[in-house]
Amino acid sequence: MIEVSHLYKSFDGVDVLTDINAKFYDGKTNLIIGQSGSGKTVLVKCLVGLLMPERGELMYDNRDFLKMDKREKKRLRTEMGMLFQSAALFDSMTVLENVMFPLDMFSDKTYRERARRAMFCLDRVNLTAAKSKYPSEISGGMQKRVAIARAIALNPKYLFCDEPNSGLDPKTSLVIDELIHGITHEYGITTIINTHDMNSVMGIGENIVFIHKGVKEWEGTSKDIFAAQNEKLVDFIFASDLFKKVRDVEMREAASGGAAARRG
Amino acid sequence: MLKALASVGRYVSLMWRVFARPERYGMYFKQYLKELQQLGVNSIGIVLLISLFIGAVITIQIKLNIESPWMPKWTVGYVTREILLLEFSSAIMCLILAGKIGSNIASELGTMRVTQQIDALEIMGINSASYLILPKIGALMTMIPVLVIFSIFAGIIGAFASCWFIGIMPATVLEYGLQYMFVEWYVWCGFIKSFFFAFIIASVSSYFGYTVDGGSIEVGKASTDAVVLSSVLILFADLVLTQLLMG
Repeated sequence: MIEVSHLYKSFDGVDVLTDINAKFYDGKTNLIIGQSGSGKTVLVKCLVGLLMPERGELMYDNRDFLKMDKREKKRLRTEMGMLFQSAALFDSMTVLENVMFPLDMFSDKTYRERARRAMFCLDRVNLTAAKSKYPSEISGGMQKRVAIARAIALNPKYLFCDEPNSGLDPKTSLVIDELIHGITHEYGITTIINTHDMNSVMGIGENIVFIHKGVKEWEGTSKDIFAAQNEKLVDFIFASDLFKKVRDVEMREAASGGAAARRG
Repeated sequence: MLKALASVGRYVSLMWRVFARPERYGMYFKQYLKELQQLGVNSIGIVLLISLFIGAVITIQIKLNIESPWMPKWTVGYVTREILLLEFSSAIMCLILAGKIGSNIASELGTMRVTQQIDALEIMGINSASYLILPKIGALMTMIPVLVIFSIFAGIIGAFASCWFIGIMPATVLEYGLQYMFVEWYVWCGFIKSFFFAFIIASVSSYFGYTVDGGSIEVGKASTDAVVLSSVLILFADLVLTQLLMG
């Protein structure tokens, strides 16, 4: 579990994160949602150590990340996997080499064992056929799948995904969501996904943290979200007509269900 | 002034990270071999081509400009050799390489930065500065002295070519001048200077590429800045090293 307490981060005197408190659970897809510029990416960057918060506590299974020395941080980072918005695959390496890279760097296994593990990860994302291709030769969705394979190569305990569906069509987004969700449950990973894609929120949101202007406004599950009373969350979620209609249907069903229950 | 000082500070702190102990020597060595190929071997062609033509042009220019009954003809060979050994094949060639290799390094690292590939390395727990920059510095410091040798030979062949194919003077006279009062130390001076220039090209270009902040426009700007500053520093270092080594 990752636990954030009273986290603050600012840039040039402007507060970007203010007193963030949140828990991200093992074996669950934890979502950080919010509008563009709300501070989601900054929070994820603070979580992985790419940015240093000014104040607060950041506990990885009771290990305080902000108080660790360089060596401890390095060790913890081998337990992390990250899927970037742009996939961030190494251009000069083939798909297989990309997935093998963390293994080459940190594993003491033989070349054959490392290659077998990399092939297993590629098989998990259904990309064994593309192993000899370069990132520029495959589609955006495939690049994201390779990045997932690379992120899980070292069996991470924590998986971070920064807007994994950005730039993808709805069908491919669904594939990526299901893949992340499946992997999270299969390996019991603490997965944190930073997104503003409402399909992801409704599909895989097991623990959702809503951030507005750097402040945590709401926390719950995808089931709770339609009944949420937080005005800012309601504004964010029901910005689209489709979700307004879904909410109306849900509320009508709830009301008629309640009436039927009273009659019964 | 403060901005320049801050840049120097950032450069020193980056170099501090670059010269840290590698995580895995094998991976760094693999990267070093790749850089030898990419930065060094791929530059051999351009070095040979430029040196060949400049060697020929220097010979023709000197022949035309110092022609005098009081001046022995072999002086052309002597002056051509001194120019090639002392300045052209080390300093001028490194200025040219700063353009080719420097922009290559800065744009490669800059693109890696803006596409989050460097962040990906950091999150894996890898010292990205060391993994990406140290092999480049090592490869360039290995290959540039080799390119200097190639340049000297190509320049001399170019000088001979101007005698054989253009017929500006007998090749035997040029050969006498090339061998006249040869000082071995001048060759070493060229090597020593090229080591420093190689470090300047690799480290300065890497600094500009690694610290890019923004998008494609900033990558282009970093690439230009890398070439300009590397060239200025090479000229300055040439002045200091020439005075130290030969003064």
